[in-house]
Amino acid sequence: MSQRLERTIFPSKRDPDFCARIIHKAGSNINLCWHCNCCSGGCPFSQAMDYLPNQVIRMTQLGMKHEVLACSAIWICVGCHTCSVQCPMAIDMAAFMDALRQVAIAEDVPVSEPDIFNFHKEVLNSIRRHGRTHKLEIMFRYKLQKRDWLKDLDVGLKMMAKRKLDLMPSKIRNIKAVSKMFEDPKGNAAT
Amino acid sequence: MTHTVYSYFPGCSLATSARENNESMVTFLGAFGIRLEELVDWNCCGSSSAHSLDSELALDLACRNLSLAPQNRPLLVACPSCYLRLKGAHNSLDQDVAAQEHYENKWNRSHHSDLQIVHFFELLHAISQTAAFQNKLKKLAGLRIAPYYGCMLAYPPSLSRQKDFSGIMENVIGALGGTAIRWPFSARCCGTFLTAARPDIVSPIINQITQGAIQAGADCIVTACAMCHLNLEIRSDKPNQLPVFHFSEMLALALDLEISDTWFSRHLIDPRPLLTRKKLL
Repeated sequence: MSQRLERTIFPSKRDPDFCARIIHKAGSNINLCWHCNCCSGGCPFSQAMDYLPNQVIRMTQLGMKHEVLACSAIWICVGCHTCSVQCPMAIDMAAFMDALRQVAIAEDVPVSEPDIFNFHKEVLNSIRRHGRTHKLEIMFRYKLQKRDWLKDLDVGLKMMAKRKLDLMPSKIRNIKAVSKMFEDPKGNAAT
Repeated sequence: MTHTVYSYFPGCSLATSARENNESMVTFLGAFGIRLEELVDWNCCGSSSAHSLDSELALDLACRNLSLAPQNRPLLVACPSCYLRLKGAHNSLDQDVAAQEHYENKWNRSHHSDLQIVHFFELLHAISQTAAFQNKLKKLAGLRIAPYYGCMLAYPPSLSRQKDFSGIMENVIGALGGTAIRWPFSARCCGTFLTAARPDIVSPIINQITQGAIQAGADCIVTACAMCHLNLEIRSDKPNQLPVFHFSEMLALALDLEISDTWFSRHLIDPRPLLTRKKLL
C-alpha cells in the first residue's frame, strides 16, 4: 500500500481531457467525490484490486489515463452497487467502471485481467448465437482458451450430475433480431 | 393486488440452471391466484457482461424484452439482476429522448412509460399482507433461517427511489413461524460472475458468508437470487456446509404446496436431511 502511494505522478504524462471524457461516458460526475473512502471501505472486492475504487476516481481526476485503463480494479469491480449506496455524493461507481473498461477496450490497452475479459466475451458470444446464455458452452469455450481443464472440473461434473447444466442451449426464435444488435456499428468489443 | 395475470421475464438462470427457483415461484403465485404469461421469445437481459463491455448493446438487449411486453399488464421479473437491467433500460427510455427514438425506430413500437416492471418481492409483499397468507399454519416453527439478499438491496443512484425490499424475507419467515436470524453478511455481494474467472477471489467471500450463517446459529440460508444460490453452493471449500434454499422453495414448503421431486435433487448441498429432520418433507 505505501509503495503504491509513493508512486510518482508525472504531470507531463497526464491526459487533461481524460476525466471529462469519462464523466460524459459514464453519465455520473466523479468530480463530486470528496474521497471519504466509503466506497473503498464497503467494497467486498477491494482486497483483490490493485487500486481502491476511490483511488481510481482520484487517478481519473488527475488525468492518469494510462494507469487507470491498465489497472485491475476496473475489471474486478462486478457492479454490485454496494459502494454507490454508501456514497454521500451518489456517484454511480458501476457506470464509471463500465466507462473505463469500455474506453480501455476501444483504445486497445492491455487488459490486466484477461480471464475476466475473456469470460465476458464468451457470455456475449453465447447471447449472439442463441439470444440467451448457455452456461455449459460459455464455460467450455472459456476453458478452451484458458487451458486449465482440471480446475473446477469437480464443480462442473457435480453440476452436470445434478442437471444444473443443460447440454443444449435455450434458444430464441428471432435470433436475427439479437445477432443484429452485435453488428450495429458502435464498436462493440465482442466481435 | 389489482392484477391476476402478469407478463413474466424468467431470465437465463431461472430458465435453466435454477429451474427449481422458477417452478417453486410459479407454484407459490398460483396458490394465490396469480398466473404468469412468459414473454414470448424473450432474450437474455445482457447480464453483467453486456454493460461491462458495451453499454449500447446492454441497452438494446434489455429494450428488445421491453418491446415484447404487452401493455395491459405488469411485467414480473424474478432475478434481481435482470430486474435492474430491465428497469434501468425503461428509465433510460423515459429520460433520454435519443434512446427513445432509437427504440421506437428499431422495434417499431412506441415506448410505454407506464409499463410497470415488478420484482417478485413486490408481489410477495402484497400477498404476505393478505389474511389468507397471515392465517396459514406456522409450518416453519423451529427452523432458524439466514436470509441472504446479496447485492439486490443496493441500487445504482438512478434507481435509488425504487422500492426497498430490506426486511421482507425476515417478515415473511416470521409470519410463517420460522426464525430469521440476524447476521452480518445478509447483504454481502456473492461475487457473481467472478466465480468463473476468479474463484480465488470469490471463495473467501463465500466462506465468510456461509460460516457467518453457521456461527449465527442458522439451520439453512435462503437466497433471493439464483446467482447467489449457485455461488453459495459451489464456492464454499469448508467442510461444514449449510443447505441453501431459493426463497420461493421455502415459501412452497411453508405453505404445504406441491413440492416437485426435482427441486431439491438439483441442489448441490442436499437439503433433504434437514427438511426430514424438521418434518417439512
